[in-house]
Amino acid sequence: MAEDAILGYLATHEEIPDSGQFASQHGLHHNDVVNVIKSLHGFRYIDAQDIKRESWVLTDEGKKYAAEGSPEVQLFLAIPSEGSIAKDELQKKLDPSLFKIGCSQAGKNKWVDMGKQVSRKVQHVEDKVKDLLIRIQDGQTLGKEDINSLRARKLIVAQTWKGYSVSKGPNYAPKRKKVATDLTRENLQRGDWKELEFKEYNFNAKGPPAEAGHLHPLLKVKQQLKNIFLQMGFEEMPTNNFVESSFWNFDALFQPQQHPARDSHDTFFLEAPSTTRELPEDYVQLVKRVHESGGYGSRGYMYDWKREEANKNLLRTHTTAVSTRMLYTLAKQPFAPKRYFSIDRVFRNESVDRTHLAEFHQIEGLVCDRGLTLGDLIGVLNDFFSRLGMSKLRFKPAYNPYTEPSMEIFSYHEGLKKWVEIGNSGMFRPEMLLPMGFPEDVRVIAWGLSLERPTMILYGIDNIRDLFGHKVDLSLIKRNPICRLGIN
Amino acid sequence: MLKMQVKKETSLIRPFVVCAVLRGIAFDEARYNSFIDLQDKLHQNICRKRTLVAIGTHDLDTLQGPFTYEALPPPEINFVPLKQVKHFRADELMEFYKSDLKLKKFLHIIEKSKVFPVIYDRNRTVLSLPPIINGAHSAITLKTKNVFIECTATDLTKAKIVLNTMVTTFSAYCERKFEVEPVEVISFDGNSSVYPDLSEYNMEVPLSYITGSIGVPLEVDEVTSLLNRMQVHAEQAGLGGNNINVSVPPTRSDILHPCDVMEDVAIAYGYNNIPKRKLSSLKPLPLNQLSDLIRYEIAMNGFAEVLTWILCSKKENFEMLNRKDDKTTAVVIGNPRSSDFEVVRTSLMPGMLKTVGHNKDHPKPIKIFEVGDVVLLDEKKDVGASNRRLLAALYCGANSGFELIHSLVDKIMEVMGTPFVPVGNSAGYYIELSDEPEFLSGRQAKIIYKGRRIGIFGIVHPEVLNNFDIPDPCTFLELDIENFL
Repeated sequence: MAEDAILGYLATHEEIPDSGQFASQHGLHHNDVVNVIKSLHGFRYIDAQDIKRESWVLTDEGKKYAAEGSPEVQLFLAIPSEGSIAKDELQKKLDPSLFKIGCSQAGKNKWVDMGKQVSRKVQHVEDKVKDLLIRIQDGQTLGKEDINSLRARKLIVAQTWKGYSVSKGPNYAPKRKKVATDLTRENLQRGDWKELEFKEYNFNAKGPPAEAGHLHPLLKVKQQLKNIFLQMGFEEMPTNNFVESSFWNFDALFQPQQHPARDSHDTFFLEAPSTTRELPEDYVQLVKRVHESGGYGSRGYMYDWKREEANKNLLRTHTTAVSTRMLYTLAKQPFAPKRYFSIDRVFRNESVDRTHLAEFHQIEGLVCDRGLTLGDLIGVLNDFFSRLGMSKLRFKPAYNPYTEPSMEIFSYHEGLKKWVEIGNSGMFRPEMLLPMGFPEDVRVIAWGLSLERPTMILYGIDNIRDLFGHKVDLSLIKRNPICRLGIN
Repeated sequence: MLKMQVKKETSLIRPFVVCAVLRGIAFDEARYNSFIDLQDKLHQNICRKRTLVAIGTHDLDTLQGPFTYEALPPPEINFVPLKQVKHFRADELMEFYKSDLKLKKFLHIIEKSKVFPVIYDRNRTVLSLPPIINGAHSAITLKTKNVFIECTATDLTKAKIVLNTMVTTFSAYCERKFEVEPVEVISFDGNSSVYPDLSEYNMEVPLSYITGSIGVPLEVDEVTSLLNRMQVHAEQAGLGGNNINVSVPPTRSDILHPCDVMEDVAIAYGYNNIPKRKLSSLKPLPLNQLSDLIRYEIAMNGFAEVLTWILCSKKENFEMLNRKDDKTTAVVIGNPRSSDFEVVRTSLMPGMLKTVGHNKDHPKPIKIFEVGDVVLLDEKKDVGASNRRLLAALYCGANSGFELIHSLVDKIMEVMGTPFVPVGNSAGYYIELSDEPEFLSGRQAKIIYKGRRIGIFGIVHPEVLNNFDIPDPCTFLELDIENFL
């Protein structure tokens, strides 16, 4: 309303000289008028100049006197025109505040005789103060002296009135154009989209955060690795069994029963079920024999192999336990070469720190064929790791109880400018393969690495507990890029 | 030869003992420390914290053979242990060591037994209470010249390996270098053995096994030379043979099978010198893999995938989108059956808009996407045209959804690992107001990725919406994902 009034007025007039006057002329609240002026000014529809006026307004006390008369006059009127009145009695007739002020003012004006008895000194008086107050209420201006005396008695206060004079601005229009923030269905239906002016959009800021679904970074990397294995012709092994017997986890791999890895401080042994219920007995005998006294060209470990040790159940410490079961099954059939892989959880009874957890994911690949050589192992490692973006590899002699030769795999890290260990590999020992029944010229080459380490490097995470488990920050899962491993 | 007599009771607790003597050792501080250190390391690993084997070393000149290895009730054993001055009974000693940080870990090995193992010399001087502590009497000092070594054990094989390790290492410091004096160990049943057992283990290994396992063609003399460098004695077996006789020294108890020999050859040859042989494998198509990964991400943002026709009419591809056909963009069909097959699409926009137009009654908002190929005329290709893989997304609702599509652009960049950068910076992406006729003025932006314009998004112009008979506002995004490779 106010907006239309102002803009409309300016259509036919040069200016509005006084917003206060304008407001009262048009029956508007000056505050509304001021707000509209500010808003229109912001969009340059109008130009506005400040106007300031000092004026006086009555205080509450002043208002009281303007209505009822000043205290000194009230006091005067309370005194009989003839004779006198006892001060006490006079006091009872009036308000205590009025009495006090009235006495002092009436005394000053020499209107009364103050004593135990009070009497008028003059016949009648004029209520100048009331008069002045009313004049101020009416908006009249008064002389400086009068103002000062009223101000001294705290009957009036100064008030600054702010207003504007208004004229047409550079963007003047008789009606304000609505700035749109969005195109709506209604705009299209009404056809008024043509007149729409859009509020400027800030292209320098990002859009609001989207609500969406997300996949876990570790599993994104796992998916890519799986694709790489599949393209290399590897079949996935079933690894959905965390509980394993020491036999399949250690003994069948020719890992001696006295080996430190079988210590309780590295392996989670189980209370329930504590021992395995079944083992293939014929095979167990062959394994026992090769541990104790060798055979198949080996001198063996020459110790007493204990069945109870092999029976102990544990949480698998490596997925090689699954590989062993798969190889055992494979050996029972007429020989056909095979490539296997798995990526799944393993369990180590180690102390937890920035880079180690009690459970993590192991990646394992193996090739079983006749006449495989170390050269083949090096070749397959080069193929595999170059698909992960690591093509500069070097190999270092290592030791595993179940592989011989064993090689640690190092890759050159361009960023750190040094060789970094990325995995372990080797050729399974004959003492492991021959008791399974493989022909002598069948070799198995295998390699393994953890899933967490390359993921941490790829995603720039430096504490493994920030990557998976429950202490993960959910926003990390929500803002990680796709995994491009294996895609060039 | 010095003798060690083994009593029957030892089989109750710690059955085996092996011994040897090193004469004429000149100890200095360094050698002494090294001597102790070696025993500690052996105890820690192969001896499995003394449970399998325990080593005792003594100043032979303080003792007199023959020695006995016995197992007695603890109170009957009384001696001054190492580092102490007073006598202790063995049972008292167990109590005493309960507070010894180092030794308390080994008490469990014997403490529950009725008899403790103990070694005496002919004068009933206690050499040691295995596996806990040696006697102070025979302690080795810097002045010791002749060393008596005894290893008691629950595993004889390991005991022999440990003894061999001790003597082969330290005989280097004997007056007559590498000379070890044997000791005869006589069992309670009368059988005797002489230790240390430094016999070599012999293997005949076919050359073909070695070369065939490593994958390097080597001659016999090359292999024997490499093995000898690894301190494994090897020589050709017989004449014109393809076999190699390998004598495994006592220092190599890890060599169990020809595969161990083969590893030594490979190590000496150098793993990094072995030529790699590549196994057959398959290669992925990066563009298709990337397309799939992006598709999953868009779907996870709540968009439904559509699959639209690649062929369309000229009008749909140009005029209806407010675009001009300058005849340099689209592939034109010469013999279309109808106008629906006039051109090969140069944008995913018509297909997406047609989909919305045919789903007017579908609950809003409609969020759809497509990842697919368009074809553009291309002078650089042999046939004169090439495919480009584009991604398009569209929002249609009661309002335009411009901000939502803007968020989608940010998301796509985030999953591609690209940072949002200021205008002009080519290290990432930014967006800038654009001015294309198919979009509403002021509400459209081009996407600059690493300095290149790869796409555009904006509120679809109401005239275009009208052309496709769409009554509700839409925002459309299209970008070329080949730029991400």
